[in-house]
Amino acid sequence: MNKLRLVAGVLVLGLAAAGCGGAKVDDTSAAAPSANASGGAAPVGTVKMAINGWVGYEASAAVVDYLLENKLNYKVEKVNLAEEPSWQGMESGSVDVVLENWGHDDLKKKYIEEKGIAVEAGPNGNKGVIGWYVPEWMVQKYPDITDYKNLNKYADLFKTSESDGKGQLLDGDPSFVTNDEALVKNLKLDYKVVYAGSEAALIKAAQQATQQQKPLLMYFYEPQWLFNQLKLVKINLPAYTAGCDSDPKKVACDYPPYDLDKIVSKKFADTGGAAYELVKNFTWTNDDQNKVADDITNNGLSPEDAAKKWVEANPTVWQAWIPK
Amino acid sequence: MVTAPAEMAPPVSVGARAQRLIRWIAPAAGVVLFVALYLVFKGTDVLPHDDDAAFFRGLNDARDWVDENRNNNPVFLFFLNYIRLFVADLFTVFQSALAGLGWPGLIGVAAGLGWLAGGWRIAAVSVAGFAGIGVLGLWDASVDTLALTLSAVLLSLVVGIPIGVLTGRSPSVRRIVTPVLDVMQIMPTFSYLSPIVLLFLIGPASATLATMIYAIPPAIRITALAIERVPPTVVEASESLGATRWQTMRKVRLPMALNTIALGVNQTIAAALSMVPLVALIAAPGLGVDLIRALAQVNVGAALVPGIGIVLIAIVLDRITRSAAVARAGSRVWRWAGLVVAVVAGLALTPVLSAEFPEQWEIQIVRPINDVVSWIEGNWYVFTGFLNDTVAYGLLNPLQNLLTSAPWWLITLAVLAFAWRISGLRAGLIAAGCLAAIAALSLWEHSMETLTIVLVAAVITIAAGAALGIGAARSRWFAAVLRPVLDAAQTMPSFSYLLPAVALFGNGRFTAIIASVIYAVPVVARLVEDGLRAVPGTVLEAARSAGSTDRQLLWKVQLPMARSSLLLAANQGIVMTLAMVVIGALVGAGALGYDVVAGISQQEDYGKGLAAGVALVLLGIMLDRITQGASGRLNPEKKRIA
Repeated sequence: MNKLRLVAGVLVLGLAAAGCGGAKVDDTSAAAPSANASGGAAPVGTVKMAINGWVGYEASAAVVDYLLENKLNYKVEKVNLAEEPSWQGMESGSVDVVLENWGHDDLKKKYIEEKGIAVEAGPNGNKGVIGWYVPEWMVQKYPDITDYKNLNKYADLFKTSESDGKGQLLDGDPSFVTNDEALVKNLKLDYKVVYAGSEAALIKAAQQATQQQKPLLMYFYEPQWLFNQLKLVKINLPAYTAGCDSDPKKVACDYPPYDLDKIVSKKFADTGGAAYELVKNFTWTNDDQNKVADDITNNGLSPEDAAKKWVEANPTVWQAWIPK
Repeated sequence: MVTAPAEMAPPVSVGARAQRLIRWIAPAAGVVLFVALYLVFKGTDVLPHDDDAAFFRGLNDARDWVDENRNNNPVFLFFLNYIRLFVADLFTVFQSALAGLGWPGLIGVAAGLGWLAGGWRIAAVSVAGFAGIGVLGLWDASVDTLALTLSAVLLSLVVGIPIGVLTGRSPSVRRIVTPVLDVMQIMPTFSYLSPIVLLFLIGPASATLATMIYAIPPAIRITALAIERVPPTVVEASESLGATRWQTMRKVRLPMALNTIALGVNQTIAAALSMVPLVALIAAPGLGVDLIRALAQVNVGAALVPGIGIVLIAIVLDRITRSAAVARAGSRVWRWAGLVVAVVAGLALTPVLSAEFPEQWEIQIVRPINDVVSWIEGNWYVFTGFLNDTVAYGLLNPLQNLLTSAPWWLITLAVLAFAWRISGLRAGLIAAGCLAAIAALSLWEHSMETLTIVLVAAVITIAAGAALGIGAARSRWFAAVLRPVLDAAQTMPSFSYLLPAVALFGNGRFTAIIASVIYAVPVVARLVEDGLRAVPGTVLEAARSAGSTDRQLLWKVQLPMARSSLLLAANQGIVMTLAMVVIGALVGAGALGYDVVAGISQQEDYGKGLAAGVALVLLGIMLDRITQGASGRLNPEKKRIA
């Protein structure tokens, strides 16, 4: 009896598996070439790439990953980590490459100069901007809102259930580069910084604020595909001067313009061979990044497929990165 | 009104009534005094939060010192760094072994172990479970998770079982170990990430150790219990036959305790798996990475899938270890032969089939789930927004306002008085001491904010759990429906609950509350149900024959008689709520949990994060002590009498 039931069970399982396989036939055609490519010769080496939590970074990583795996035959391990832990990962050996570094002069001092475990691998071509933004309709309705001095006047507009009776300044992931709490305090603004928790939450808030005409003041940044979809206006904070942000607790000025750059571990720079050369050569524009990021977020492509699409459309750009 | 009963009833009743009144005078006076003091001293001694507190800077300096001396201080050179290397190697061994088996091989091994432990049923569960992981497209990540879990469980058992044996044998060891385990189990898991990262950097080694801290208490507790329960007559018989202490241990005590210890292994595995999402924050590979990433993308479908993967692993490991704990009849040769056949069959298939789990067998369920979610978002927005605002403005904000605007000493005194009344003076002093220590950590305001969320969440949890538990205790039919739902809710990793909550309510404190309610209600409901069912049937019958209505039966007989399980339910509910509210920081619930996350990810906030971890532990101990009076867990005298 038991045996019979066992056989029946196996049959059911087998049929179920076959059923799943059958339903998937049309999906596999897209994935077949990549499966072939990675199933070729044994990889030359492994690159551990940190993936920070915003889709622009993911876009850069996807393209470099694609080229490393398909053109240079490396295996890429993606390590999802916040920005600062990624530097620490170079020390513990779990990270080789950071592809999009936002300033972090303190970390450069610590890990590059003092500890000597990381090195710079040049700019990646992306220009970074960080700032406070409001949806465009608010500027039409309250034209003087773009000056930070007038923010207190409008604080009531930005009140939410989470902001303690003050105006809400919506920030992203707690791990992102931000001086906002210090800025609010030092510029004597009647606001409270509330953390949405992620880039996706910020984007959702911006979309709702635009569609439903809800007031919103939020931390945001470029490069970012969202700017192709809707308009946000940057608030003018006191102008940035060199060194005005050296003490993170006393900052009272705008964020600097960032030339985003690449950081690699010393070990990878010494022994990474062609993979290191490719990472060092990698440089592209904000538009390039936004295109790939947009495909990943809005057009339903996997990072791998989005990268493939971009690589096929822009051979002249990436061929310059491949080491001779 | 007051005179009416006195005319009709004998004088005893008047006395009882008066006594009851007197009993309520003290608490009422306490409340009046609290309100009066609050009104007088409101706004003084409030300890506002300062990000730049000297204490945090001191901790930052300590961190810098450790960072500079990691490679030349002897403690690191000859001890901590070796631990790190050893644990990392252990993980790598497991990882390469499991990956080396290939997917057919690993499924074969699982089937063989299932067969060995519990026959073909368990073998079939193992095959179905692991094949399911592959079908969901999670194979590689699952292998990493499995490797991490197995290394953590192995270490927990290697360290935990000897400690458990010692604890079971010696009362003086038990006196030291029990309170330590209590604290380990109350600690929100978030709180020990920062110190571990400081000592062992990020990576699989730290992740394994963090998992181990959470997984080792059940291993120790259950081993100790198993050793204690070995019948003394058997031990005496063995000793009178001339066995040495070691022989008695090895040949009598351990074999007799083995089945219970296997249950301990089962619990250890369950605890280890619940850490999977959290350790992804410190660079552990595996399913947790996908979960955290989906959380950052607010992608409910993409987070649910790895959640299901963790549940499948949990089910397979649970069934195998659980049936291993039950002694089975049947031929030994037959069982081992089955194992060998399954393993060999799996391994033989490995080179034949493709190295990676075939993509055409994978099914996509992310998109349909997300379609449902976006429909709910689009259509329920008015309702969910209303609920969010009602709780925030009606409960959270006023309570938070009260806690943060009252002087710290007044809150501490109130907690002292409250805990004293419920759980005794000792508990009161410990609870007040914890609060004073939190004030000293310069985290008063954030702790009060966290406390606010925990209190509101705990009230909702206990109310919902009690309602479900009472329903299940009164209706067999309802219980039969509820049980599988609660079982499923308990096996899902707690992180998965954040997702539907985020989808419904956006980011904020209310989302954390909803997630913690889903997380803690099953346990509360179960404890309430068990407590009510434990009321003897004869008592119920007596009450019924005396003419009680159903309502009276519940309120006057069942609930009072189940008092201790109800309080235990409250205690568990509150401790679990705290753990989940802290995790809610990842979706914008702020306060202490946010400080911990920031501490891991921002250099200059490290000190604050470390202090916040300690404050969380103190908050946990405080809440536990206030409600522990009835649970009997810390009442060894009572247990001994029983």
